[in-house]
Formats: sequence, structure tokens, C-alpha cells
Amino acid sequence: MIKKVLIANRGEIAARIIRTCKKLGIQTVAIYSEADQEAPYVSMADQSFLVGAPRVNESYLNVERIIAVAKEAKACAIHPGYGFLSENEAFANRCLEEGLIFIGPTGSVIKQMGSKIAARNAMNKIGIPVVPGTDEAIAAIEDAVKMAEKIGYPIMLKASAGGGGIGMQVVYSEEELAKAFEGNSKRAQTFFGDGSMFMEKKIENARHIEIQILADHHGNAIHLYERECSIQRRNQKVIEEAPSQFISESTRQRMGEAAVKAVKALEYTNAGTIEFLVDELENFYFLEMNTRIQVEHPITEEITGIDIVEEQLHIASGKALTIKQTDLQIDGHAIEARIYAENPVTFFPSPGHISHIELPEGPNIRNEVGVTADYDVTPFYDPMIGKLIVKGSNRKEAIAILKEALSSYKIDGIKTNIPMLQEIVQHEQFIKGNTTTAFIEKFYHI
Amino acid sequence: MQEVKASMAGNVWKIVVAVGEQVEEGQDIVILESMKMEIPIAAEASGVVKELKVAEGDFVNDEDVLAVIE
Repeated sequence: MIKKVLIANRGEIAARIIRTCKKLGIQTVAIYSEADQEAPYVSMADQSFLVGAPRVNESYLNVERIIAVAKEAKACAIHPGYGFLSENEAFANRCLEEGLIFIGPTGSVIKQMGSKIAARNAMNKIGIPVVPGTDEAIAAIEDAVKMAEKIGYPIMLKASAGGGGIGMQVVYSEEELAKAFEGNSKRAQTFFGDGSMFMEKKIENARHIEIQILADHHGNAIHLYERECSIQRRNQKVIEEAPSQFISESTRQRMGEAAVKAVKALEYTNAGTIEFLVDELENFYFLEMNTRIQVEHPITEEITGIDIVEEQLHIASGKALTIKQTDLQIDGHAIEARIYAENPVTFFPSPGHISHIELPEGPNIRNEVGVTADYDVTPFYDPMIGKLIVKGSNRKEAIAILKEALSSYKIDGIKTNIPMLQEIVQHEQFIKGNTTTAFIEKFYHI
Repeated sequence: MQEVKASMAGNVWKIVVAVGEQVEEGQDIVILESMKMEIPIAAEASGVVKELKVAEGDFVNDEDVLAVIE
């Protein structure tokens, strides 16, 4: 039984986790940097501790300080949220060494899935289709040229340790390849400390569709259907929906079964997401696995009625899953729009002072926010400041609710992407469901 | 003389020119890192880099002068 949880995160996800802990009667410990003293999640927790300076290395990535706080506060478990230490193998192992429950999978699975090349090979072995590409790091540009010829242009050049779109580039020709290879390898080395590159064939008109899974420590695993997250800018998601309006029931079933088969073979535990690219013929290919809760998890909660954070806590405390695959069914349609503090035209960040904020309200509207009125959005962290989640009995109804909700979403003092979100949800192609990963570059005139 | 100013708060991630270097209008001078994103700050006119006012790793605020170009 988990009695007290330290949340090693900030912003909306920290608030989200605290909410479920309160519902379950679990005590919470928040950590915060000097830049986040006034953040709403800090006062929501039962206890809060300053862990360091604003920069992430000195605060939210400061493993030893966070472990020391957990011990001091007598927390028995740590929830890492997403980002920061959530996919850090060393942190998961340190928790274990200190007798703290890490709410997530084991360090070894995190490591395996954290290397995109190792993850591709593991899935291939299990029998999950992967995007055609390389099965080892590319040593030199000469090898890259040879491989690209074999796979066929256009290709996606990717960093093995990458994430958030960093170190990733579409390459259309041999001329482009040399420059892209060197530049992205260098960038990956700087950001992730690992410059290993690999390549995959670029799937044209692909959709990004991912499967949410839950797996316990007793060998049980289930999937909670899919989320379609094709609307992206800079390779980062902007709008997600569940279920996907594109795939057929049989594809849905095959993708879910593939995801469950993979997590069982990996001996994966806790919540996780397997991301796939789906082509025009509904062929699906493994892209990567996220070994943590995801930003867009609420849309799955809305269509299944399951509190994913609650399941994470139960699984981490050693309980067996009480939900069976056959108990589940999809109820309605949910859409999430991410609210970013950014210029809606250039996508550049827009930190600053929020003077006024007014959130849409209604029975089918859910807000997850990390900010409040009279609050400074600092330049130190991710520009996502909130998520707007809506639910309808079908997609058309969900879009109508989202449109209405966005029109009454008011944030003054900083620039946000709300005007862009409004344009997307009113776009004929979005309404039709023509939501490939190229949507924004194709239809948003950038 | 032209002052190259930060367009937003952030950390100086990279300085891509040296003092004495000839730069063209639109050429990147400094790359800031703000909200996990690289923000290139370019020269608004051509000239020679006279002075760099910041070092890599420094924190800068919106409108802070990063470099002077003559």
C-alpha cells in the first residue's frame, strides 16, 4: 500500500497526479524550483520542498536532491510524470536502491526502449512490424548514403536517443544527407549525450496512432485502445483524439493485440504507450515506446472511464489489474488541444506574465492547467501551459464542443496558440478527418 | 552601430560569431534556448562584430543587448 507519493514533476501533470492521490487518500509531496514557488500545484500538495535553482539540472533533474527530499518527507513512492526523470533508467534504479517505489517500469525496460535502435530491434524480434530502416547505428556518412539508397528516399534521419523532434529530419536526396547527418548527430550529442543516428523510410501520408497499455506485476496486460495524434508542429503533438476516426475495427483490434503482445514479451510493468505510424492502407509500424504516462492520457480516460494515474498507483503497489480486456468498450469521442505559450504564427515561445485567465466550463469540458492569473510563465520549461479536453457522443459533437470551448478560453498577457487551434478545428480537412502528420505544414501555410 | 537584442528571455546556448568577424544582415549571431527550443537571434544589418556582451550559459532577459555590430 502506497501512503505517500513524491511527485518529481511540475505544472499541470503534477496537479493532475495530486488530484488522484487525494481521491485515494494518499499523501502528496511536491517539489519545486525557485522559478515555480508560485505555481498552483505547489500549494495543492500536502507538503512541498524547494529543490533548487530554475535550471532543470539544478532542480527537476537533480536526482540526489529529489531522493533526499523523498526520504526526509518519508514518501514511499515517486511518480515521475512525463519528461524530466520519467524515462531515466538511472533514476528508476536509484529509487529501487533507496527502497522507494518508482511508479513506472523497471530501469532495464526504460533503457531498452530509450534507445530507439534497441527498441526497433526488440519489436522486430517479438514480431511487431517496424518501419523499414537500419538496425544499428550508422557509423559514417558513407554508410548513411549506402543505406539511404537501399531504403529509398525520402528517409527520416533520427537520433537513437532522441525525443521531442530533436535530431530528426526528413531527407529527400543524397546532397541533403551529408549535411543533415552531421548536423543532427552533433545536436543529438549536445542534447542527449549520444550522437548515434539511424534512418527509417519516410511513410507518406502517415498518421500517428498510439496504443495505451496497462500491465501489472502478475503477468496481466490490457490495452485501452488508441489515440490519434497526427496534428503536430515541429514533430510535437498539438491536437489528439480518441478513438481514431481513420482505422477500421479490425485494425484497432490488431494494433491493440500487437501492443499487448509487445508489453508481455518485454515483461513491461505499469502504464505505457506504443506509438505506431499507420499508412494509407492501414498498415501499422512500430515507431517508439513511451515508458511513462503521456501528456494526452486524459482522452483515453474520457472514452474508457479509467483513471490511468489511479491504475499506475495500484500497479506500483503490487496489486493485480482488476480490469479485463473484455470489460472495456469505447464510449464517445474525446479530443485534447494543447495550450502552448507561443507565437501562433512562428511557433516561437512566448514566456511572460499572465494577467488574466478564464477557462471554458461545461459538463463535457475538462481543463488541466499549470498556470493561474497574475502568474509568470518562465523561459525555463516546456511551453505547454495547459490542456483542454472535451468529450462528445461522437466526433462531430466533440469538435463542436471544442470549438465553443476554445472561443471562451481567455489568456491575457502572453501569446498562445489558441488562434491556431481555432483555425484547425474549423478547417474543412480536420472536420473531414484528413489528419495526417503533414496537416499543419499542408494546411496551415507555414 | 547596431545592437543585437534578445527577442525573449532564455539562456545563451551558443554564440556563433567572434569579435572582429564580418557578418551579413540576417546572419545568426547568438542562439538562445528558451522553453526547450533553440531561438536564433540574427543581425539586422551587416557589419563587423565589435563586442559580445554575453557568454554561453548566461541567462538573458527580453531586450537585453547580446552583441554590438559596427
